[in-house]
Amino acid sequence: MDKTMSIEEVVASLESGMTIGIGGWGARRKPMALVRAIYRSPLEDLTVVSYGGADVGLLCAAGKVRRVVAPFVTLDSIPLEPHFRAARQAGAVEFTEYDEGMFMFGLLAAAHRLPFLPTRAGLGSDVMRVNPELRTVRSPYGEAGQDGEELVAVPALALDAALVHMDRADIRGNGQYLGPDPYLDDLFVKAAARSYVSCERLVGPGGLDGPPQSLLVSRMHVTGVVETPGGGHFTESSRDGGPGGGPGGGPGGRPGGGRDEAFQRHYAAAAADPQAWAAFAGRFLSGDEAAYQEAVRRWHEEREEGTR
Amino acid sequence: MSTTGTGPDTGPMGAGAPGAAAGAGTGAAGTDATRAEVCVVACAEAWRGDGEILAAAMGTCSILGARLARLTFEPGLLTTDGGALLTAEPVPIGAPAGPVEGWMPFRDHLWLVQNGRRHVMMGASQIDRYGNTNISAVGDWARPKSQLLGVRGAPGNTICNPTSYWIPRHSTRVFVPRVDVVSGVGHDRAAELGGRASRFHGLRRVVTDLGVFDFGTPDGSMRLVSVHPGVEVEQVVAATGFDLVIDGDVPQTRWPTDGELRLIRERLDPKGLRDTEVRP
Repeated sequence: MDKTMSIEEVVASLESGMTIGIGGWGARRKPMALVRAIYRSPLEDLTVVSYGGADVGLLCAAGKVRRVVAPFVTLDSIPLEPHFRAARQAGAVEFTEYDEGMFMFGLLAAAHRLPFLPTRAGLGSDVMRVNPELRTVRSPYGEAGQDGEELVAVPALALDAALVHMDRADIRGNGQYLGPDPYLDDLFVKAAARSYVSCERLVGPGGLDGPPQSLLVSRMHVTGVVETPGGGHFTESSRDGGPGGGPGGGPGGRPGGGRDEAFQRHYAAAAADPQAWAAFAGRFLSGDEAAYQEAVRRWHEEREEGTR
Repeated sequence: MSTTGTGPDTGPMGAGAPGAAAGAGTGAAGTDATRAEVCVVACAEAWRGDGEILAAAMGTCSILGARLARLTFEPGLLTTDGGALLTAEPVPIGAPAGPVEGWMPFRDHLWLVQNGRRHVMMGASQIDRYGNTNISAVGDWARPKSQLLGVRGAPGNTICNPTSYWIPRHSTRVFVPRVDVVSGVGHDRAAELGGRASRFHGLRRVVTDLGVFDFGTPDGSMRLVSVHPGVEVEQVVAATGFDLVIDGDVPQTRWPTDGELRLIRERLDPKGLRDTEVRP
């Protein structure tokens, strides 16, 4: 059983108009290699469901997105994502804005084939105003002669496809994370009709060493797996740099596991200015993933030379 | 970034070099404190009496305040490394976790919001007299003049947990008559929901670079509790875009004690990050 695919094969299996969930959180462990491949694909009209970061920003910049479903879009160390801001301020994307907990409940509902799950989160806030399709539900269990409590019924966030990035995976599609936080990646893959795992390092069956609790994604939920060393760049990821790198090795000679803050600053500055963005996109996003990794390596080299 | 057990030993609780820094034996405690240090202590006071709950903090002075409260008058509090780890002892801001006592990935934060053993101190881009706050967007939501973060966890935080706010720059841009998007729920909105739906709602205090505020008024509107040393009441009024409730003489926010100053300066924030948030 070998579910190994190429980046291009994963993206070719997606269709315009799909609802696509993207794992990770903000600027952390995002499947950026797959996102970059969508960026240069003919796909369009996507609904992107994400605890959003540069994944949402890049796809907005490429005009791939009809609707964003998210509680936030942020680069963490840089609070606001410039491309997402620009798209919203231009009225270029629709937006379903949920509370972070509501969003998790939507994924939980979809992952467990429930139409909705109830929560207090959202009550009294403008989340109810800006999402007029949201309904409340009354608890059938009254207390002390009172009617049951009124709660927000968060609809299932069912996904056509989910994309997640793991530190390590095996060729059957089992995925392992080696950082401190699983985020909601297991819910994303369970909420999706099809799921694709990209990983820093691909191993054979039985090759996922480490605590069993780190085995986050099961092959029963995974359609395809693709090895993308540095594929989480520039988000926080890369806890398994592979042969020669070892756990903690990162691309471009960076210390492993960390976000590439210098490159993220470069991205954010470029994204805030159309001319600078054209140059950035030409240099980093016009080729395939290997070309991207090489361009990033050279960028760091030049930068280091510049500081000598 | 290391995750467990690799951080520097942060030393025994409350230890500071005797005689170092902090006013050579002046009588009044900590009167050489900077505005940022006054703010850290005012933030810490938000968690007084909370016991064994998670002190969830956002912003430098708020994070320092949570850790300071735990090191001093509220030792039961739980605090994080700024990430997924509950640290065995409060660590310096930005430092690795060191020994940990628990694991709190994002999913568990979201569950803990529902569970309730949590008092969060958030930021706000806009806040109104009833404590409605906005971190989502400025202008018309449908096509905002300025897209901000998104509502994040503010709706759930405010309806499920005690909530305070830390606002490093008090101005009429932030303190507005009406917020454009209600991310965090204020007292008027909570009252409209009724007692059962809002039974876990509670706004505790707002700390800014000018003063401390609460909502201890009959209609739950904002009241000036104290002004920081060196700040006049008129200054606060001028920087606020709605009518504050002001009861008689407004006291001064308390100075940090010498012990608190040592903990802030030598243990929790030796690099002085607090001064980049609130200028000395």
